[in-house]
Parts: sequence; C-alpha cells; structure tokens
Amino acid sequence: MGKTRLIAETGAGQHGVAAATAAALMDMQCVVFMGIEDTQRQALNVYKMKLLGAEVIPVETGTGTLKDAVSEAMREWTSRIADTHYCLGSVMGPHPFPVIVRDFQAVISREIKEQILQRENKLPDIVTACVGGGSNAIGSFWHFIKDESVKLVGCEAAGKGVDTFETAATITTGRLGIFHGMKSYFCQDEYGQIAPVYSISAGLDYPGIGPEHAYLHDIGRAEYIPVTDEEAVCAFEYLSRTEGIIPAIESAHALSYAIKKAPELDKDKIIVVTISGRGDKDCSSVAKYRGENINE
Amino acid sequence: MSNIKNAFANNNKAFIAFITCGDPDLDTTKKIIYSMQNNGVDLIELGIPFSDPTAEGVVIQAANLRALTNGVTTDKIFNMVREIRNDIKIPLVFMTYANVIFSYGADKFIKTCSEIGIDGLIIPDLPFEEKEEFLPVCKKYNVDLISMIAPTSENRIAKIAKEAEGFIYIVSSLGVTGVRSEIKTDLNSIVNAIRKNNPDTPCAIGFGISTPEQAKTMAQIPGVNGVITGSAIIKIIAQHGTNAPDFVGEYVKSMKAALI
Ligand SMILES: Cc1ncc(COP(=O)(O)O)c(C=O)c1O
Repeated sequence: MGKTRLIAETGAGQHGVAAATAAALMDMQCVVFMGIEDTQRQALNVYKMKLLGAEVIPVETGTGTLKDAVSEAMREWTSRIADTHYCLGSVMGPHPFPVIVRDFQAVISREIKEQILQRENKLPDIVTACVGGGSNAIGSFWHFIKDESVKLVGCEAAGKGVDTFETAATITTGRLGIFHGMKSYFCQDEYGQIAPVYSISAGLDYPGIGPEHAYLHDIGRAEYIPVTDEEAVCAFEYLSRTEGIIPAIESAHALSYAIKKAPELDKDKIIVVTISGRGDKDCSSVAKYRGENINE
Repeated sequence: MSNIKNAFANNNKAFIAFITCGDPDLDTTKKIIYSMQNNGVDLIELGIPFSDPTAEGVVIQAANLRALTNGVTTDKIFNMVREIRNDIKIPLVFMTYANVIFSYGADKFIKTCSEIGIDGLIIPDLPFEEKEEFLPVCKKYNVDLISMIAPTSENRIAKIAKEAEGFIYIVSSLGVTGVRSEIKTDLNSIVNAIRKNNPDTPCAIGFGISTPEQAKTMAQIPGVNGVITGSAIIKIIAQHGTNAPDFVGEYVKSMKAALI
C-alpha cells in the first residue's frame, strides 16, 4: 500500500501498544489517539507506547475516552490518507474494519476449539468474553457460532449500574443507530445524541458495539449481560488470589459472569473465559477504587 | 426537484452560509438568518448539532457543544424554522449527522422537513454507497439529498455526480472543516470530472473558505456555481455571541460582493 505511517485509537492502551510494537518492528511512524481520561487511568500503557517510539495524542474533546479517540483518529485520517494507514482496534467502524479485525481475532476461538478438544474431547458448554467494541468476544465466538450447543455470552460494562447514567452497557441500555460508520446498537438520548458513557474499564468505555454482535444478539445466538464495576473488581481480586493470574479489568467482567454462573452448573460442564489482557495496567486504578493510592 | 436551483438561477454565483442552530441560542440563530438574508446570502445550511461531529474541525465542534449545552433539540429547531419560514425566501437545507435523522425516524424527520420548507439534507457521515438508507424517503417528500465529492473520491466521482440532486458539495481539501490559509487541491480536474458526468446540477465548493479573495478564486473555476463558508461565520458568532447578527451580516455582504 506504500504507507509509512500508522495511526490508531486506543482505550485501555492495549491496542495502542500493539500498534506501536508493530510500527517499531516495521520501522513505521506511529501516532496513537487516546482519550485524556484514559491516558491518566492507563498511564503504564502510555509509557509503553512512548518507549516503543509512538507519539500519544491525548484527546480532550467529548468525554475524553475511547469514542472521542476514534473520532479524532478518523478526523486525522481524512486529512492525511496518502502515507497513513488507520489500524482500527476493534470490530467496529465502517466496513471492512469489523470483518478485518474479526478475521484476525478469530484465532482465539480456533485455538480454544483445538485445545479443548485435545484435552477434554468435547466442546465447551459456555464461552464468555468481555465486550467493548467486541473484538476479543467475536474472536472467542467465531468458530463456535455453528456449534449450537455452545452458549456464547458477551459481558458488557454496566459501570455503576444499568439503571444509572454511568454505564456503558450498549445492548442492555442502547438502541439502534448509525455512528462511527456502522449501523448497530448505541447508547444515546431520544434525539440520537450519543451518550457520555462510563465504566471503570477504559477498554469497555464505549457507547456502541460491533455490528456482528448486534446481529448475534438479534438472532438470539449470543447473549449479552451487564457486569458492574464492583463485580468486575471483585473478580479481578478473586482470580489474582486463587490462580495467581492478574487479569485485565476488561477481562474481569467476563470472569465475574463465570464466577456467578459456575455454581449453577454440573461439575463436568466447561466454561471458557477469554482473558483478553493482563492486569498490570489496572493495578493503580483498582487500588484507587478500593481507596488506596499506590502511585507515590 | 426542490427550490435549491433558485439559489443558482441566472448564472448567479451563490454564496452559501453554514451556521449551527442554537449557537449560542435559537433566538440569535433566527436573527442571524434574517441578517444573512438581508445581506445577500443565497442559501443557508442549518446545522442540527450532534454530540460527536466527526467531519468538523475544532471551531464547529465547539459550536455543536455550545448549542447542545444550551439544550437545543431537533424539535426546537423544527419550530424555529416554522416561525421564520414565511419571511425567509431563500432555500434552506439541514446539515446533520446520520444518527440525528435515523433516531428521530427517517420518515418523520424528512416529512417534517418537507412540511416546514427545508429543501435539502447534507449528511456528511452518509457515504454514497449507503444512501438508500434515506434516499427513498427524501424522494417521497421531495427533499434533495445532497452529495459530497472530496479530493479522495477519485473513481467514485462519476457515479456520485450522475445521481446528484440539489447541488453538488465539493470538499475543497483533505481533512475536516476549518479555516485554511491556502487551498492547494487540483479543483479544476475534480470539477471537470463532475461536469463530464453531470453538466447541469450546480456545484459549490466548501471547507476552508473564509476570505472574499478565496471565494472569488473558487467561484472563477469553470463549472463552479457557488462557495460555502462555515467556520469563518461560526468564529464571528463565537466572538460576538448574541450580538453576532450584525457582524455576520457585514461578513456575508463582503463575501457576496466578491462573487458579483
Ligand atoms: C484487555 C482488553 N480486553 C478487552 C478490550 C475491549 O475491546 P474488545 O471489545 O474489542 O475486545 C480491551 C480494550 O481496550 C482491552 O484492553
């Protein structure tokens, strides 16, 4: 394509770090747009991106979160298309981004399937993953969609609760709309103004959901459930303590569902939880949530 | 066909103005519309504010925010247009984002447009390939769906131009709205490509135009029938607030003079 420069948006910073790593490897210039609020709560990833040679641009418009970072990356791309490729970080935005990202992320369900058949000789009963834009979730679901016996569960960020305005649970509280180049579900007011959503998790703090998830929801193939900040933080702490794995606060949303669901099932049932990232980046936010300041 | 053609009749080089409704409040918006009409504007694009205007630069983004913060809504804007439409004779179009129309209900929104005398719609986040979302409803109520052609449209120019209605909005430069000191795009070849496929529909150039000199240069390009200014007007409104109508009127007069 002859492009020498990569731009990306990022919420939690995971995609930004990935884009910066790829750019470093390919000797490309890299600019990452990140909501100003997220640069503060995900400072570790900002540092990593800079270390990898990327420029991080804090976006101050709107709520200063992922939605605004996407808008700003789109604006930048319209002004500089000849040498710049926009590497979008989730299964969202205009076609063909949702299918490009889905095809890459589908490696998750391919590996889950291969490994679970090897070890257990049967398919899982439930596959669950967190949903921001929905890339790790669609990747986790993809190769199981035709296996009707496998229940697919996406976990959305409920923030402080789906009955408050401080939530990012799109399927639960949103309705059909057109934004960021896609027709899907969005949190919005009666006049179509996009809602200023909220979640403790920067990666799930987005007012929309990828269009393929909207479809899976409409046809009833996947279920989408809200998980609050408090439930996610409890799951974050629980996995750290019991398994020695510190999960990303995003992934902890899916984990919370599994922790609640498991006691209702027979012992031989299998739940696969996608741990989409590690939680180092979240330690200071979770500590703060619990009233502790670990930064000084 | 709507009344948009009147803005370009008799080889008139049209001056088209964009404002955001409700910036700083709807009463001032009304006064600005009157003042612009009195000073020779040929067509007005009325922006319905959106929370996340992805095609706008910082100046118009701020106007959207001011308007929404002041509680402006689609229904209040419809009422404002109803109140002025008897006095305002020039064509009026709405410029807004797809979700504002979609969430209101495309049929209800566009039917209302037709009832209150809105002649066309500009939807910057609706690509040509997706226009079936709104086009059948626009046709049903005789509201023109205005197409945009940008420096990146290239091999899409032919099909966009062929099906264009109302006027063709030529985006002068790459990037979002905002004042530019220089416009370097090869607009001649874009206009030629349009004219080869559509000799009749008026073409107006917008994005980045702020001075009478720029307006004059743009309007002299063969095949161009008008120029569009947005950010430069919004800046005047941001500076003067509720006192803006007279200042905007002065500005419109100077821009129109450059086109005669
Ligand atoms: C660790 C982690 N998981 C999940 C997500 C959410 O993204 P998606 O829904 O596209 O998987 C993010 C986003 O930043 C993330 O950092």
